[in-house]
Amino acid sequence: MSEAVETNPQPAASHYEVRPKPGGNGELPSDLLEISMGPQHPSTHGVFRMDVVLEGERVVKLKPIFGYLHRNHEKIAEGTTYLASIPYTDRLDYFCSLTNNWAYCLSVEKLAGLQVPERAEYIRVITAELTRLQNHTCLGGFLLQDMGATGTPLMYAFREREKILDLFESLTGARMMCNYMRFGGCRCDLPAGWLDQARSVVAEFPGFLDEFERLLNENEILMARTQGVGVLPAALAVNAGITGPMLRATGVNYDLRKVDHYGIYDRFQFRVPLGDHGDVYDRYMIRVLEMRESLKILEAALRDIPAGPIVDPKAKLRGFRPKVGEAYGRIEAPKGELGFYLISDGSPNPYRYRVRPPSFINLTILEDMCLGQHVADVVIILGSVDIVLGEVDR
Amino acid sequence: METLEQIKARAEAAVPGARLEIIRNGSPSEQHSLLARSEHALEVARFLRDDPALRLDYASNVTGVDWLDTVVKQTTKSRQVIDGVERDIEQTTEQKIPGYLEVVYHLYSMELKQGPVILRQRTAGRGAESRVASLTPVWRSAEFQEREAFDLYGIVFEGHPDLRRILMWDEFKDHPMRKDYVEPDDYEYEPTPHDEVLEKAKQHWPK
Repeated sequence: MSEAVETNPQPAASHYEVRPKPGGNGELPSDLLEISMGPQHPSTHGVFRMDVVLEGERVVKLKPIFGYLHRNHEKIAEGTTYLASIPYTDRLDYFCSLTNNWAYCLSVEKLAGLQVPERAEYIRVITAELTRLQNHTCLGGFLLQDMGATGTPLMYAFREREKILDLFESLTGARMMCNYMRFGGCRCDLPAGWLDQARSVVAEFPGFLDEFERLLNENEILMARTQGVGVLPAALAVNAGITGPMLRATGVNYDLRKVDHYGIYDRFQFRVPLGDHGDVYDRYMIRVLEMRESLKILEAALRDIPAGPIVDPKAKLRGFRPKVGEAYGRIEAPKGELGFYLISDGSPNPYRYRVRPPSFINLTILEDMCLGQHVADVVIILGSVDIVLGEVDR
Repeated sequence: METLEQIKARAEAAVPGARLEIIRNGSPSEQHSLLARSEHALEVARFLRDDPALRLDYASNVTGVDWLDTVVKQTTKSRQVIDGVERDIEQTTEQKIPGYLEVVYHLYSMELKQGPVILRQRTAGRGAESRVASLTPVWRSAEFQEREAFDLYGIVFEGHPDLRRILMWDEFKDHPMRKDYVEPDDYEYEPTPHDEVLEKAKQHWPK
């Protein structure tokens, strides 16, 4: 990464003309076939469509088409108060509502200059890392499901996710739509016995991970289907704004928990796993290794969490009007960099409310990764991007 | 990292003819931004990406903002003698500031781990002249986000390789994120319309 990043920033040259010459690489020439994968297709993780042009089995052009779930989230948020948008952020990436809450609250705290008490920071770290655990386990399960391992890995993943969702339910009252964080802190304190319950979940999790890794990491079919598939060069990943495990699988060391030190992440010892090849296998492995690091953070946070207030006394719930200005705040969500850009005009509603969704921008290079691959691999490559359509379409 | 004033001075020296303006931000976040004119935006962006001290290789967030026409009222007080009586006279002058659309780029450096530097472009107006330079040739990450700004705000990015609607469907006419967007009156469908929706629905009934 030291030399100048000189990429071809233009989209990949994918036209109908890029047909391999007859007999050039041993493949028989055939007519092009245009198929529409999706929107109701089990591999697209929601309502998402890809217009794929195939030369035999090979992809020569792929255009993602989305917006089926578009409800103009940003316009809705500009029509309500700052506080009323928190439940809407749950619905962006509905797997990770707590990190969505955090990103939004962090931006509002930057905009209004609020401080977060120490205990609330610890609770935020704990809930965010638990969110990361359950997101990454599910990704592993879904990826294997896409590969044809129907059921077993996904059910194993969901069994573990259920334990984490139970924790969320006893803390926030909801399993998925948590609506938990508030400007300058959190909505409510931890219930009695919650920390012990969380500690036991965290203590049991490495056992599950060992099992999961033993089952999958050196699985011959997994390796054959994923290694060397959907390779993303590091320079293109940086230029295209790819973030999260997708970026780190290409070997670029960029984790906002280390770069921005938001919250209290500089107090914890953890490493940032990096990939070598930038293929689907690396993306899978990065997520497994990140779960191990999350467990380290969780152990330390659950050990050190202090007593104290959970919300900034200066933060107002009603009549909250930040000064005129703007702020951009971002966190390392499980899928990548989740940012919120807010402009205040001094009124109770944000003048401009913008979500920078990681999975939307990670789709930019979907075509580049799929060109020349088999159509069956498109499904896996899309699965390794880890998209949630609630966030892509907003 | 350098201050915004230093970046501005160096960018103006590096790109001939470029004039940048620093836009102050009053919030505690203190994220001030640089306003570039569209005709030089692409070169300024290239400078920001390639300069060895900045290396802003990563455009994190690209978004549009709609600023409507505003009317600034100024009242001036003066004392005048009218019909022999001294009176306070208030004179109100209205100054109309034309609206514009704005594109905001949040730039970071992955290599040097610094940022953000915020770059803005403004259109000349909100009508047909709402055009800015596309920065997708510099940062590929702007590709979808500029398409989104085109879709929802109607900002035309000149030089964008594939400027189409992205979230709304292709046949859609308006730009829903604009502040003066009015949704069509038959937008809300109810099987048995009543109240306001009934009144709106009646307009579409055959006479």
